[in-house]
Amino acid sequence: MSLAPDRLTELKRQAIHLRRLVVESVHHAGAGHLGGPMSAADMLIALYFEVLNIDPNDPHKADRDRFILSKGHSSIGLYSALALRGYFPIEELKTFDAIDSRLQGHPAMDLLPGIDMSSGSLGQGLSPGLGMALAARLKGESFHTYVMLGDGDSQEGQIWEAALVASRYQVNNLTAILDLNGLQQYGWSTEAGYGELARKPPQENPEARWQSFGWNTISIDGHDMDQFIDACQQARDHLDGPTVLIARTVKGKGISYMENDFNWHSKPVTDEDLKQAQDELAAQEAALA
Amino acid sequence: MTTLHLPLTIGDALNAQRDAFGDTLIELIDRDERVYVLDGDLANSTKADKTSRERPERFLQMGIAEQNMMGVAAGMASCGLVPWLSSFACFLVNRDLDQLRVVVAQPNLPVKIAGAYSGLLTGKTGKTHQEVSDISVMRAMPNMTVISPIDAVEVRAAMIAANDSEGPVYIRMTRDPEPVVLPADYAFEIGRTIVVREGTDVTIFSTGAQTVRCLEAADLLAADGVSAHVVHVPTIKPLDAEAIAEAAARTGRVVTAEDHTIIGGLGGAVAEALGELQPTPMRRIGIRDTFGESAANDDLLKKYGITPGHVADAARELL
Repeated sequence: MSLAPDRLTELKRQAIHLRRLVVESVHHAGAGHLGGPMSAADMLIALYFEVLNIDPNDPHKADRDRFILSKGHSSIGLYSALALRGYFPIEELKTFDAIDSRLQGHPAMDLLPGIDMSSGSLGQGLSPGLGMALAARLKGESFHTYVMLGDGDSQEGQIWEAALVASRYQVNNLTAILDLNGLQQYGWSTEAGYGELARKPPQENPEARWQSFGWNTISIDGHDMDQFIDACQQARDHLDGPTVLIARTVKGKGISYMENDFNWHSKPVTDEDLKQAQDELAAQEAALA
Repeated sequence: MTTLHLPLTIGDALNAQRDAFGDTLIELIDRDERVYVLDGDLANSTKADKTSRERPERFLQMGIAEQNMMGVAAGMASCGLVPWLSSFACFLVNRDLDQLRVVVAQPNLPVKIAGAYSGLLTGKTGKTHQEVSDISVMRAMPNMTVISPIDAVEVRAAMIAANDSEGPVYIRMTRDPEPVVLPADYAFEIGRTIVVREGTDVTIFSTGAQTVRCLEAADLLAADGVSAHVVHVPTIKPLDAEAIAEAAARTGRVVTAEDHTIIGGLGGAVAEALGELQPTPMRRIGIRDTFGESAANDDLLKKYGITPGHVADAARELL
C-alpha cells in the first residue's frame, strides 16, 4: 500500500532535512562519517516516521519496536533522525563528538535514550537483535526488532553466526536491513594496486548468500520510501523465519560530490563543501513543492 | 567493607565447582523468571546440561559461535532478562572479548559469564583450553565484577549474589572435584574478603581453589613454627583494598597465590593496592608468563609452581 502523496512528500522533506543536519553536524564537529548516513537517510526517516512503533516521549517503553544500527559509524544519521522525530532538541546535534555529549562518535545506549543497543565495532548488531527477538518471544511480547547492516559491516563473521542461529530459531519478529551502498572505507582499492577484477563491492550476490543461510529476502531500492515501507510490512507478514531487506543504495546519496566516492566515507567538511551541500539540498527541497 | 573471619579446615567432602554451577542454575531459574541459560555447545562439560534436561524452556543452544552468543545475551539483557553463559573460560574471555566490551560492559548490561575449566586443571586438554589470564583481562574491563570461588559452596553463593547484581559478572570456575571447605549456609557478599586462617608471621592472599592449597601451605609452615595468616579473596574486582592493606600490615610480609598468571591477576591486584596503601615485601605464586600443557593435575601443579610446597617456600623466603 502506497503512502498518501502528501505524506510521501513530507517524508522526503524530512530526509532532506536529515541530510542537511548530517553535513552541518560533521562540519561543526570537524569529524564524522558522511557516506553511510547519506545512503541510509531515506530508510532512517521512513523507519522513525512511519515503520517503528515508538514514542519519543517514552523512549524506554517496554513494547516499543527496537532498532539497532549495526553500522554504528552512521551514528550522526541516526541522531539526526531521532532529533527530527522529537527525541531531543535539534540544537543538541551541535554537541556531536564533543566532550560530555550524549551524541558520541558511535551510538551508546547508556548515554542516549532512543538508542536501543550500543554499536560501532562492526559486525555486532545482528546478534543483540536476535537476542531482542528471542526475548520478545520468551516474554510473550509483540514488538518487532529491526537491525540495519552495512555491506562492509557484513564482512565480519559474527553477522553470519547470527544469521545461522536466527534461522535455526525461525524468529519471525526480526528484520535485517542491508544498506548495500557498494563501498567501504577503503576496500580492495585500485589505488592500493588491486586491479579492476579485485575491485568488487563489499558484498557480492547478497540475495544468494542470505537465502543459503535460511533467510527470506526482499530486494528493494533503498531510496524509495514507498518500496521500503511496503517491504517492512512484507517482512512482518512473513511468519516462517527472519527476513532481510536487501536495499540497494548510493553511498553519499543526495550530495553530488559525495556520491559513489569512497573518500567521503569519513572526512571533515570544509566551509565550501558545506555551502555546496546546503545549496544542493535547498534545490531538492524547492523541487518538492 | 567488613572482613569475614571464618577459620576453615580441609575435610573429606569433595565436589566439583561445575556440578554446583549446573545445580545452581536450576535454583536460579526456579526463583527468578528473568534467568535463561545460553550454551556454546559445551553444556555437558560445564554441567549446564541439567537445565536443558530439567528446564528446557529456559535453555537456548547457541552453537559453537561465542561472538554471537555474547551479543544475543546483550540483546536479551536489554529486554529485562538475565542470561547466564555456559562455555569454557578460554573461549568466553578471548573469543568474544570485543562483544563483551562493546555490547555488555560499555552499556553495563546484566550478562552473567560463567567461565568453566579455568586455570591449568582442565582435564588434559592443554594450553588451548587452559585459561590463565582471565582475571587480568576481565578486571581491566570497566564495569566488570570478577569472582573466583574457593569451592562448590562458594560457586552457588556467588551465583546467587551475581544474579542479584545489576551489571555484568565473570565467575571463574574449575573442572575437577575438590575439597568443600565452606559451610552450607555461607552467603556471598561481592567484594568481601575472608580470613580463613588467623596468623601473625606472614599473610597469604589467595583466590579460587588455590586457597585450599594455601591452607595446606599454612599447615606446612605451622610444622616449622611459622604462623600464616591466610586471606581468601573471592572477589578480585571490586577489590577491598583496605582489607588487603590491613591484612598485610598485620604481618609485614605478603605472599599471593593463584592458579593464574602472576601478571595482572590477584598478585597484580594486591601489588597495586599495597603499592599505594601499604608497601610490603611480597612474593607472587602463579603461572610465570608462560602457556600450559596437557598433563595430569599433580604434574601441572608441580611443574608450574603452585603446590602448597611452593607457597610455603615463598613464605619462608620472606622470613
